[in-house]
Amino acid sequence: MSETEGGAAAHHDHGHHHQGFVRSYLFSTDHKVIGIQYGVTSLVFLLFGFGLMLLMRWQLAYPGVAIPIIGGLLGEENAPDGIMSPEFYNQLGAMHGTIMVFMGIVPLAVGAFGNYVVPLQIGAVDMAFPKLNMASYWCFLPGGLIMLASFFIPGGAAQSGWTSYPPLSVLIDADGQTYWLIGMIFLITSSLLGAVNFIVTMIQLRAEGMTYMRFPFFVWAQLVTSFLLLLAFPPLEAAGILQLLDRVAGTSFFLPSGLVVGGDPLDVAGGGSALLWQHLFWFLAHPEVYVLILPAMGIVAEIIANNTRKPLFGYKSLVYSVIFLGFMSFVVWAHHMFLTGMGTAISSFFQTTTMIISIPSVVILTALFMSLWGGSIRFNVPMLFALAFLPMFGIGGLTGLPLGLTASDIHLHDTYYVIGHFHYVVAPGTILALFAGIYYWFPKATGRMMNDTLGKLHFWGTLIGMNGIFFPMLIQGMAGVSRRLYDGGETYAHAQEVLHWNKVMSHSAYLVAFFQIFFIINFFWSIKKGKPSGANPWQATTLEWTAASSPPIGHGNFETVPRVHRGAYDYSVPGADSDFLAQNAPDKF
Amino acid sequence: MEIPYVATERPDTGLTNAKMGIWLFLASEIMLFGALFSTYVFMRIAAPNWEEMTSVAQLNVPLAMINTFVLITSSVTMVMAWAHLKMNNPAKSNVYLILTFLCGIGFMIIKAIEYTGKISHDVLPSTNNFYGIYYTLTGLHGLHVVGGMIVMAYFFLFGKRMFKTEPERYAGRIEVTGLYWHFVDLVWIFLFPVLYLM
Repeated sequence: MSETEGGAAAHHDHGHHHQGFVRSYLFSTDHKVIGIQYGVTSLVFLLFGFGLMLLMRWQLAYPGVAIPIIGGLLGEENAPDGIMSPEFYNQLGAMHGTIMVFMGIVPLAVGAFGNYVVPLQIGAVDMAFPKLNMASYWCFLPGGLIMLASFFIPGGAAQSGWTSYPPLSVLIDADGQTYWLIGMIFLITSSLLGAVNFIVTMIQLRAEGMTYMRFPFFVWAQLVTSFLLLLAFPPLEAAGILQLLDRVAGTSFFLPSGLVVGGDPLDVAGGGSALLWQHLFWFLAHPEVYVLILPAMGIVAEIIANNTRKPLFGYKSLVYSVIFLGFMSFVVWAHHMFLTGMGTAISSFFQTTTMIISIPSVVILTALFMSLWGGSIRFNVPMLFALAFLPMFGIGGLTGLPLGLTASDIHLHDTYYVIGHFHYVVAPGTILALFAGIYYWFPKATGRMMNDTLGKLHFWGTLIGMNGIFFPMLIQGMAGVSRRLYDGGETYAHAQEVLHWNKVMSHSAYLVAFFQIFFIINFFWSIKKGKPSGANPWQATTLEWTAASSPPIGHGNFETVPRVHRGAYDYSVPGADSDFLAQNAPDKF
Repeated sequence: MEIPYVATERPDTGLTNAKMGIWLFLASEIMLFGALFSTYVFMRIAAPNWEEMTSVAQLNVPLAMINTFVLITSSVTMVMAWAHLKMNNPAKSNVYLILTFLCGIGFMIIKAIEYTGKISHDVLPSTNNFYGIYYTLTGLHGLHVVGGMIVMAYFFLFGKRMFKTEPERYAGRIEVTGLYWHFVDLVWIFLFPVLYLM
């Protein structure tokens, strides 16, 4: 507490009259409440999406065996006699991807952490447009609920993969896909509103003295992320509208001429292009990968600087890299489409840009590794998660290179190798970083610390379990096992030698599920019973820690408007009284 | 503590929050319409018989021409509404706001005449991809016109209160509405030649 500069004159009257429960917690315009709303909702969605995967993993490890315990509860249509139907498997696959990416990780990384932390870190009283912020959450929630509701309609949820490739997605005779499209339009609108709000907040509401090069790296990551959301999502919105018209208005934007379905020629005008969807989809979905990873890198950078007690290595390189990464992410999308027959000239172009984009990623990862060098590292729970992120993201990134090269991609395309690569980036990568962020900023939001022992149990169980799930995928994929097999490859001769890994992966998944119980208990227990943290438990330099331990609800985060005097990571400055100087500490210490 | 730069400009960016917000929003709108225009290009390049597809029922060029002038006029009246606010003349500003709104109505009526003409001849989005993209682009553009009109109606009905207490902020709101309106106008300036003349 005593370390907080600037917050000495504690007067807690923020000039706000008491608001009712509905206005304070449900339809709040306060960025901290909205951040927590986003956080809790997206954690629930993450758990749900993870649950879908646990069901799928049972089918993959034990194809044709009734699902124990809950098999009978899934409905006769989905799982006759407790055995999963192929249609239901497809629904789970499509919705697992959709839920994890669009309803879980993005809202948690951007909606929750961005909302809660960014205004505090730049010394702003709130987001620039509080009502827009509320509208953003209230577009997100209906979008998510529409997606969930689609499980309960006749025919079930969307079944054509999270990428919704036509013609399958247009022709499939169930309403789930229509729900998916409408849900996506809500989710996209929510992201767009949020992105505008974030960018304006970061540029306009910076505290005095908070120059761009004094931004904490997390803020930079969020700024670039917001630009990606702003400019990459609209093409998917357009594509979603076009696919919706294909489904409900009988257009044929994505339906080529001469399609024959079930022996009968399809009665549409034709002349469309299935590839057009892929272009529009990946124009969003590749920048989307960076939307998933950049906030995670930001969180890890904050925690590493804090727990090595030294400035980040190469802060400027980090900033320039993240900007360059943002630009490049718009010109790599077709590396998802090497096998569509694009022609060698275009393939070479996208292969080259893909190799170029790996450079800033490696710069960022290297700078974070170098930041560890010579530090006196504190191995607390957030730091463990942040440290684990580095090699895990490293594996995820390096396994991506063979997929970016046209020659090796021919062999690996659409195999489990792709799944392994992507999940290494997003699960042991981003999700570990998000856990790190939760443990790190939990004291800020609640005023209490999370339990250390439970946190460490959660960490080791999750880390080991996740590797047990995803590493065998790389092995299976290199053996040529396709990613979309309902039986896990049982009937394929070439899959036989790597088939035993299915059980290892599934049991690792159940292990990960088990260790999440420690997190859930820790989370709820610590809200009430955790050790009081004070305002700055980690002895950090950035501005959010100079606000009161749990900033009061309502506009006005700081008791006095902070004035920034230094960069974000003044740790262990020679001659200073303590080993850290808050950004708003006066020039002479 | 109040949120700063709501009515006044931040010195180093020279913008109010709302103005920066609308520019960013318009950037995302360009990506939205850009994707649809790209779809048009994609469809047209791939079609072996584009001329045939567009001649199923000729689009009504004179009506669209009138609509072009209606929208350009509305952009002028929109600027006048803002200018009169800046000259502290809210009554005149309101008149121009209404004129802009009426131009919007006029545009939508002409659009409706055009649509019903097409639909009565059974020319629907499903007819072929040219009409598919025609209905999609003009429909989405029409929704944007309606959206702008809703905002203008709101300011006409409830704007006076804010003008009395915070004139600068209110003028800023009208300016931002104007930026959006000009953008909608500009989209039409591209739509008109691409769909009707080319």
